[in-house]
Amino acid sequence: MLEKALKGSPKYYIWIGFLLLVILGGSGIYLMQLMQGLTITGMSRDVSWGFYIAQFTYLVGLAASGVMIVLPYYFHHYKKFKDLVIFGEFMAIGAVVMCLGFIVVDIGQPQRMLNVLLFPTPNSILFWDMVVLNGYLILNVVVGWTCLEADRQHLPHPKWSKTLAYVSIVWAFSIHTVTAFLYQGLPGRHYWLTAILAARFLASAFCSGPAILLLVIMLTQKVSTFKANVEGVATLAKIITYAMVVNVFFFLLEVFTAFYSGIPGHMHSIVYLFKGVDGHAELVPFMWTAATLGIGSLCLLIPPKLRDNLKILPWSLAILVIATWIDKGLGLLIGGFNPTPFETIAPYWPTGKELIVSLMIYAIGALVVTILFKVATEVKEETGASQKEAVPAEN
Amino acid sequence: MNHTRRNFLKFAGLTAAGLCVASAGGALAVSGAGSAIRDDEKILKAKRWAMVIDAKRVRTKETIDTLAKACHAAHNVPDIPGKQNIKWLWAASFEEAFDQPNNYMDEGLEKSLFPLLCNHCTNAPCVRVCPTKATYKRADGIVAMDYHRCIGCRYCMAGCPFGARSFNFMEPRLHLDLAALNKEFPTRMRGVVEKCNFCVERLAHGKQPACVEASQGALVFGDLSDPASEVRKLLREHYTIRRKPSLGTEPGVYYII
Repeated sequence: MLEKALKGSPKYYIWIGFLLLVILGGSGIYLMQLMQGLTITGMSRDVSWGFYIAQFTYLVGLAASGVMIVLPYYFHHYKKFKDLVIFGEFMAIGAVVMCLGFIVVDIGQPQRMLNVLLFPTPNSILFWDMVVLNGYLILNVVVGWTCLEADRQHLPHPKWSKTLAYVSIVWAFSIHTVTAFLYQGLPGRHYWLTAILAARFLASAFCSGPAILLLVIMLTQKVSTFKANVEGVATLAKIITYAMVVNVFFFLLEVFTAFYSGIPGHMHSIVYLFKGVDGHAELVPFMWTAATLGIGSLCLLIPPKLRDNLKILPWSLAILVIATWIDKGLGLLIGGFNPTPFETIAPYWPTGKELIVSLMIYAIGALVVTILFKVATEVKEETGASQKEAVPAEN
Repeated sequence: MNHTRRNFLKFAGLTAAGLCVASAGGALAVSGAGSAIRDDEKILKAKRWAMVIDAKRVRTKETIDTLAKACHAAHNVPDIPGKQNIKWLWAASFEEAFDQPNNYMDEGLEKSLFPLLCNHCTNAPCVRVCPTKATYKRADGIVAMDYHRCIGCRYCMAGCPFGARSFNFMEPRLHLDLAALNKEFPTRMRGVVEKCNFCVERLAHGKQPACVEASQGALVFGDLSDPASEVRKLLREHYTIRRKPSLGTEPGVYYII
């Protein structure tokens, strides 16, 4: 089936060429990082994880997002998601590839990476994160590819693929839970040391992930003959809305616990993020932007009239994505490391080189997603499933 | 043709097996001999190494810098300016060290500085989180590191609540005076984490840790499990505190305040 990714319109080739250029340019900077060390980043002794690990964390959410389509389809036999399932699975593949990429670029000695396998250490959550992420990648590759191949040949999906799909649903919850456990089990990092962190991770994953997925699907509709089931899209938007409400609610629980108890350790990080401490207010404008956009997205998503309006929906989703990205892609990491173990503030900001390397990983992910989505839409076109002509009455 | 190949493979297999046996025997012989030599030497041993710092005697920048210099010279710790620096032992204020400031504190204490270093915790979070066992706990309580196994993921730095760990963001040898290197201890390469090791390499040769030696008695090192040891005597006779006891890591460094 992969040969379908080789034939495309000039626009398709331009896009692929552009992504390859970005990857090439970024790998130059990455080579520089390999030769000079992580000193080219903005990280420091006090903020020892930065933009890379933050993007990793955010993208685990995107990887887990497919389950919001796969679960209703397999567990509740919600057939309107039938044509979206493959995109959920393929998006998960692209997302996990980016996650692994961000871990590789963050490691100081990447050539020793296999030490994690050579000396397996089950008491380290990082070991388990490696297991669940790679497992999830394999599950989605196998299930997605097999089902698409079966569709193409007008055959029923093999029974074992259904079993694996069930496994992947439970697995999707594990990847984000384990990623949260990376953080929430560390003594002395108050912003992370909270039992609700894994639940917050899942809630934010299940709103931001499907939001990105839906935006990409809308884009796919523009550039291919594929047409998603309109009711399916509306249901997914509803799921996103619920998840965002839960996400905001969970954050407010944190705020209540911190400020009603009045325990300095619990309040300190939140105060740093939203108000600033000791003259350090680097993140304040970002966090308030996130808060405003988060509430704004809810205002646009909760009323059914606005949510079901396909002209407004992309904008609501986009601002939701920005809000959750600031929360998890910036605030979580920097707020977790500040205040430092010495009760001081160590400002962190990614360097240009760090951003270029990150862009390289994002381009790799976009390339994987483009190729996989291209294959999926071509197969759907070939089999005549979910095509624009087939549903002329809608919209 | 086939016959020859088979014979060749047989020969190769036997040779490989023979080499394995020989090298294993060699390794056994070496380790046996090694331990015999070590028993003859005055190797310092303990069930639980610990340190008591008389903070009343090391309270200024100068005195603590003397300790840091001794430590950093003994372990080839580079002097890197800026926030990507490396330190095994350093000076910090009361609030930075113990994060339990009282109002209207004794002025002397408020202005005092305290030497900070790795606490060699009994329940060390860095050991718990390391994905390769590059950071590990020795039987004598010391949290040690294998710089050649560390992948530089820096999970231990996020895990350590005491900020005791440093990462080699850049090539450390560029910031070392190569003429003044201590040849007894390795330098590190970029991309790995490092921290105080309670001078395991010196203990193995019967010597006290470098900072203890340089402290003129203000720092005392000994076996916490031995009631007759000097550290236990000091703990009995003085009021001491440890950093962040509420986290349950059980630090092995005590401060007489």
